[in-house]
Amino acid sequence: MRAAVITFPGSNCDEDLQWALAHVCGIPADLVPASQETLAGYDAVFLPGGFSYGDYLRSGAIARFSPIMTAVQDFAAAGGFVVGICNGFQILTEAGLLPGALQWNTSLHFICAPAPLTVVNTATAFSNHYADMESVTLPIAHGEGSYYADPATLAELEANHQVVFRYQDNPNGSIHDIAGITNRAGNVLGMMPHPERAVEALLGGTDGRGVFYSLLNATKGAAAHVAG
Amino acid sequence: MFKAKIYVNYKPSVLDPKAEAIKTALTRMNHQNVQDVRYGKYFELLLQGDDEAAVRAQVEEICDQLLANVNMETYRFDLEVA
Repeated sequence: MRAAVITFPGSNCDEDLQWALAHVCGIPADLVPASQETLAGYDAVFLPGGFSYGDYLRSGAIARFSPIMTAVQDFAAAGGFVVGICNGFQILTEAGLLPGALQWNTSLHFICAPAPLTVVNTATAFSNHYADMESVTLPIAHGEGSYYADPATLAELEANHQVVFRYQDNPNGSIHDIAGITNRAGNVLGMMPHPERAVEALLGGTDGRGVFYSLLNATKGAAAHVAG
Repeated sequence: MFKAKIYVNYKPSVLDPKAEAIKTALTRMNHQNVQDVRYGKYFELLLQGDDEAAVRAQVEEICDQLLANVNMETYRFDLEVA
């Protein structure tokens, strides 16, 4: 498995993500500039946290038109694994790769704190390493993380089990305590908490590793399937 | 040439904490009769073209794809000959 981490102008979690993938979880990962137009040779693509294009207009609204995003759309349409964390989640909703939108936290405060979560769906490529209903603590760091979807979209998300992570103590007003979701096909994940910031005991915990190990399991499965 | 005056706002179903904060401030200023605050965005675009229908369709596309997030926002616009 080889991962691409997209660096948008204003991304600031790209190197943390690369560190978590490559040095901690043993998944080779390259930083790919948003000006690039191809993702050939990668098994997974990560859109990192930060403030792409200064969050002008809306978080993720401008980044969604970066040259690399056409390749990300094609990659996702072909079934490739795409993960958006924090600002990456915002970009994926703006790009229409995930339903709903991220609105200002109800408190209007930028919240930087550990967030206890429940893994509510372990049957995904991003959560199979966790136990069902496992409690994990991942850091959040966002001002615009309140997940919103209209009632019809929300009903569809729940019916299709697309919610992967829920907040135990809703910090930002997200509807249905939603912290992370997949698309209908299950190959695109968006989450506001930062798994890449919870991969080393020295820095407060290792609960985030599960996201990367899950993907490793999923891609191994895919490779075995192709070979067999 | 046309000038498009575009208004973007949250759907009524979306809680807007910034508008709520403004409303709280107005209440503190003793404007007790302010019942609701909507806090949106306003854009002006100057567009070249003679065909009003075509420009109107273009502005709609611009709003749908960039100026508004139709998942949580609505928009309307006025088109004037400029």
